[in-house]
Amino acid sequence: MEKAEKPHVLGYGQLALVLGLLLILTGLTVAVSYVHLGFWNVPVALSIASLKASLVLLFFMHLKYEGRVIRYSFISTVLFLAVMIGFTFWDVAFR
Amino acid sequence: MTETQSFFETPSPRGQTGIKAWLLTHDHKRLGLMYMWAILFWFVLAMLLGLLLRTELMGQGRTIMGPEVYNSMFTLHGVIMIFLFVIPAIPAIFGNFFLPIQLGTDDVFFPRLNLFSWYLFMFGGMFAIFSLFFGGGFPDTGWTFYVPFSVGTKGNVSLTVTAAFILGMSSMLTGLNFVTTFHRMRHKEMGLMQIPLFTWSLYATAWVQILATPVISITFVLVMMERFLAIGLFEPDKGGDPLLYQHLFWMYSHPAVYIMILPGMGVISEIIPVFSRKSIFGYKAIVVSSMAIAVAGSLVWAHHMYTSGMSDVSVFVFSLLTFIVAIPSAVKVFSWVSTMYRGSIQMSPPLFLSLCFIYLFTVGGLTGLVLGAAGTDIHVHDTHFVVAHFHFVMFGGTGFAFFAALHYWWPKMFGVMYSFRPAYIGAVLTAVGFVFHYVPMLILGMQGMPRRYYDYLPQFETGNFLAGFGGYLLCVGILVMFINLFFSLRNDRTAPADPWGGTTLEWSIASPPPMENFVAPPEIKGFPYDFSEVIARSRKEGR
Repeated sequence: MEKAEKPHVLGYGQLALVLGLLLILTGLTVAVSYVHLGFWNVPVALSIASLKASLVLLFFMHLKYEGRVIRYSFISTVLFLAVMIGFTFWDVAFR
Repeated sequence: MTETQSFFETPSPRGQTGIKAWLLTHDHKRLGLMYMWAILFWFVLAMLLGLLLRTELMGQGRTIMGPEVYNSMFTLHGVIMIFLFVIPAIPAIFGNFFLPIQLGTDDVFFPRLNLFSWYLFMFGGMFAIFSLFFGGGFPDTGWTFYVPFSVGTKGNVSLTVTAAFILGMSSMLTGLNFVTTFHRMRHKEMGLMQIPLFTWSLYATAWVQILATPVISITFVLVMMERFLAIGLFEPDKGGDPLLYQHLFWMYSHPAVYIMILPGMGVISEIIPVFSRKSIFGYKAIVVSSMAIAVAGSLVWAHHMYTSGMSDVSVFVFSLLTFIVAIPSAVKVFSWVSTMYRGSIQMSPPLFLSLCFIYLFTVGGLTGLVLGAAGTDIHVHDTHFVVAHFHFVMFGGTGFAFFAALHYWWPKMFGVMYSFRPAYIGAVLTAVGFVFHYVPMLILGMQGMPRRYYDYLPQFETGNFLAGFGGYLLCVGILVMFINLFFSLRNDRTAPADPWGGTTLEWSIASPPPMENFVAPPEIKGFPYDFSEVIARSRKEGR
């Protein structure tokens, strides 16, 4: 059986810092929407959103402090989603 | 072994009596049995629907039903068989019952969630029944619910997809429970390479259940939105993509085929070594192949869509990927056969049914390659060949594995032995009936008879008549097997703790097991399929 993870409690300061970062990134998303970047509009917006999701997962959902099993489990779900979406492009991109 | 009270006499939670001891139970074994009775009901119902379909097709033209009823019948047969029998059968019954025991623990990680999953299963099943009697009539789309027909038809598709949505949630929660139990509850001395292969197969299956089921749930929600709000996701006029539905549907439904077959493969991996008195050949290869099937099986969904009009590149890539799945499947077949080679084979009903599985599943797998290759698939696409291939894998494979599992673990679950003779007669009738039923369909398909057609050209009549005859033989065989098992509950042939000479942990405890599974700490072996003790015991007893 896998070893149990050590208990962990996040301090208010750290949580507030993450919240602040999330608010800044939200502001950045809004700001970027006013700048015309052509092709890069979508990749930039998605990158900021991914960064925000990562912060939520790592700190608010404690993924940073979990053991290997939970981390690999999570990564496998992301990979699965990437494959599901990515492989449809074998069809859509070549029609 | 000391006398202990079985789980039948010890409710969990304690203090509950009568029907409440079952309906409020947290005990994984009771839940396994509750699933069993529900799933057997659905199986018999869907089997009879299938028999009516084949009866209709035994003669040309209208015989016992009209075309609309025929369409509804094959839809119901498919929906019930897939969502209420084949997907849940082995994991929900035998997985619930035996996974914690094989892992050397007392229950699953989330016992209450386990009970909730059962209620979702029953609730989803009732929705499926309601869909027959409410709304615009029987659903008539087939179990695939393809758009645009499923969006436009007057049949009660909404309630049926709601039922499938609820059943999907039940399946997902069971998978979540198994993965968590596997990692968090197994005996602390049990390493990954000491876990029985049935449990490994359930673990691989559980991951597919967790990852793929949400895709179909979302897809069903989209169908509902289309039906009620007409937002045009699948309509080109409104900027939608008509093939998007098929991609989304098969993203789940092809991996679901592996949800259906992997636990069956796990059952066979348990039975073959026990009745060969020989350690399983290629334990690690079987473990890796289970995980490889789970991964590779999730990459091949668009091979159902070669003729749908998707891009040629996609046809090429998915055809190539499909052939990859054949490799781990073949690894298992070779391992089972190699296990039997030079083994001390002891014939029994579970082994006989497992041998039928290997033969029928191999035919199913090889006909799958005909369909996986885009060049040949185009000729037999949507014909009876596909119907036969699918049933060779799902029925010849999972169905026979289910019957084998019933005969293998019945003495452990109920503490009684059944008669072998009727079991053999039933199994032989089922196997012969199966061949009569589905081989004509392979031929009919190659001759060009489409599937899901109510009527056919005169040259197809002989094949359809033979298939119908085989269907009756098949059903008689299944009923003989079931009746024999049920009658065993009324006799007094008590089963010992280890009637077969098994080596995994369930055979080290009483039959039926006590509520807490292990009254003494389980002894974890270095290798779960070490038969040296069993062989020594047999020699001592002069067997």
